[in-house]
Amino acid sequence: MQLKDPVASLRAELPGAVLDVIEALDETTVVTDRASLPHVLAFLRDTPGLQYNFLVDITGVDYLGYTPPAPERFAVCYHLLAMLSNRVLRVKVYVPEADPVMPSILAQWPAANWPEREIQDMLGLDFAGHPDKRRLLMPQDWDGHPLRKDYPLGYETVQFSFNWQEIDAKKPYAKE
Amino acid sequence: MTDHPWQNDLEPLKGIVSARAMKGETMLLNMGPQHPSTHGVLRLLLELDGEEIVTCNPEIGYLHTGIEKSMESKTYVKAITMTDRMDYLNPPANNLVFVMAIEKLCGLEVPPRAQVIRVILLELMRIASHLVWLGTFGLDLGAMSMFLYTFREREHILHIYEMVSGQRMMGTYFRPGGLWRDVPDGFVPAVRDFLDYFPQKLRDYERLLARNPIWMERTKGIAPITGKQAMAWGLTGPSLRGSGVNFDVRKAMPYSGYEQYDFDIPLGPDPGDVYDRYWCRFQEMWQSLRIVEQALYKLPGGPVTADDRKYTPPPRSEIGVSMEALIHHFKYWTEGIRPPVGEVFTVIEAARGLMSCYLSSDGSPHVHRVHFRQPTFMHISALPHMAPGFMLADIIAILGGIDIVLGDVDR
Amino acid sequence: MGVSRKLGGLGAVTTTLEQAVNWARTGAMWPMLFGLACCAIEMMGAQAAHYDMSRFGMELMRASPRQSDLMIVAGRVTRKMSPVLRQLYDQMPSPKWVVAMGDCASCGGIFNNYAIVQGVDEIVPVDVYVAGCPPRPEQLIHGIMTLHEKVKGEKIKDWA
Repeated sequence: MQLKDPVASLRAELPGAVLDVIEALDETTVVTDRASLPHVLAFLRDTPGLQYNFLVDITGVDYLGYTPPAPERFAVCYHLLAMLSNRVLRVKVYVPEADPVMPSILAQWPAANWPEREIQDMLGLDFAGHPDKRRLLMPQDWDGHPLRKDYPLGYETVQFSFNWQEIDAKKPYAKE
Repeated sequence: MTDHPWQNDLEPLKGIVSARAMKGETMLLNMGPQHPSTHGVLRLLLELDGEEIVTCNPEIGYLHTGIEKSMESKTYVKAITMTDRMDYLNPPANNLVFVMAIEKLCGLEVPPRAQVIRVILLELMRIASHLVWLGTFGLDLGAMSMFLYTFREREHILHIYEMVSGQRMMGTYFRPGGLWRDVPDGFVPAVRDFLDYFPQKLRDYERLLARNPIWMERTKGIAPITGKQAMAWGLTGPSLRGSGVNFDVRKAMPYSGYEQYDFDIPLGPDPGDVYDRYWCRFQEMWQSLRIVEQALYKLPGGPVTADDRKYTPPPRSEIGVSMEALIHHFKYWTEGIRPPVGEVFTVIEAARGLMSCYLSSDGSPHVHRVHFRQPTFMHISALPHMAPGFMLADIIAILGGIDIVLGDVDR
Repeated sequence: MGVSRKLGGLGAVTTTLEQAVNWARTGAMWPMLFGLACCAIEMMGAQAAHYDMSRFGMELMRASPRQSDLMIVAGRVTRKMSPVLRQLYDQMPSPKWVVAMGDCASCGGIFNNYAIVQGVDEIVPVDVYVAGCPPRPEQLIHGIMTLHEKVKGEKIKDWA
């Protein structure tokens, strides 16, 4: 089978879906928009010669305060692997802060179930169409989304010899 | 609202458990987070019809450590320390996937000696990890003596790892550009001793388990997965190869010089059940031994860290005589390294499957965003598909068959 | 304890009630089978053949809190896990002791962030802290020996 170039095929078959292509460090990133994401992923999986048939990972990134500035605050990266040709491709979608909704690809990719829930929990992006909207990692009654850049680390002051007593007095100790 | 007061408690579970459970026809059973067979703090909400599982809902996050967030507040070298604690049965692989991402970002070349030592340690720890799996799997399925045997052998590997890194488990031995320092003199004889000693033990285990009728009864025919399903659910590693899909990152996308070694990939039939997954993991230990043997044979001399002072610390001997080395040393350990802006994605084959690291850098000494794709995270997410239709006791075998580590799942 | 042979040569032991009870308690402590994270692997290592914790009267790890009197908190305790941990502690019958195994259980360790409880002593009272990340099995055994010393010093008037 003839191997095809994913970027050229996408440009030919789905015009308008490829917003940008970044070639860096032996990796190809295809930037697309939210509406065409399911079509791009399905095309990459089902076209002979591409066959990116394994969804490795879905990751969300918060670009708040990033230099150089990113187009939108959030981005979601889909890493696809073609098991026949051993190639990896990253499909990236930028998500604005004002409308943090992504299309869920769970119907086509069963492996996307928990990664999508994780992003929903940790970054607060909503995946429209995902049947299970509960938090995945944090407790159900948790406030906020920890992996956002404006969420504090939740750091507690460390006890050293000079501030031991001061912190120890405030530290909650358990009773019997 | 309803006849029974408990039905209000079930409201939040609507859509998660079946409609029969809402009417009280089936039983809801909570398993964990403190349960001896969940290998940590996994919680399963099981819906049972008699002894048969109707739905299975894993609930994770009881060990969510915030590693990814914590790493964002650390410099690159300090962040390696945190990666050890994710998959705590196989720390060098965690180190490697993160360190490889930094190396790719900075364009660092790892010297051949460091590559070979990395491979030796990775394969030894893969054996150690499989030994813990085999011991606990045996313990869960009633073959208790396995636990005592496998932990005895694991101590040998931990001694070797302690010899090189100073710590039994969390060594943080791999650093960007190579290793923390060269291995001590006793390393090669210790690994040779292990290579002489271990095959006999492995044959013993094989004899203990392979044709054991109880073992067969508990594992054969349980949770069969076709190769297609396994790929769709994102299973990797021995769980995928147990279903007959020939995919191993070490062969497909070689890293650390894995292309130079001669080893086979054990494959199960399609569809493969718990026994086939067990068999694949077991045979992997033999293959790991082969790799270690070859690596030990070809272990070259030379430096163990790259010679790029921007990204690797200068050796101690230089600091006393060179002002520049002193500056580099100071900058490296206080400010940290500054990789160029960009994002990278690295993939390795950890003990449990494909582990990947997505690393994004904004040019500052701190990690901008790092995400690890852990194999068992996907394995547990496939549990709702695998468990229904089997008996309650089988869930133990299924969990053992996919080899979960909760630190790996929750991060 | 002193052996007295005053009554016709019969073997008899004289001791205080305090000593006898404390001796019995240290000789048969039943730890709870309760592993959280990395330290649990070293705890398993401490029970396995090489280190063999059963030399000190604790080969039985009970999976049920109702049957155990020693809780070894082996690993990092998250905020999601902490109510569970406290519930397990409350279910244990008195007398009960807690060993915080490892840095994370003792003080949060390297994970000073939103998810991890900074020291399990915020949830349950801790008797012995074992340092290390993770502690070696010898360190855990030493921690338990230290606990034995503590138990041997307990006073009868404090039991009530």
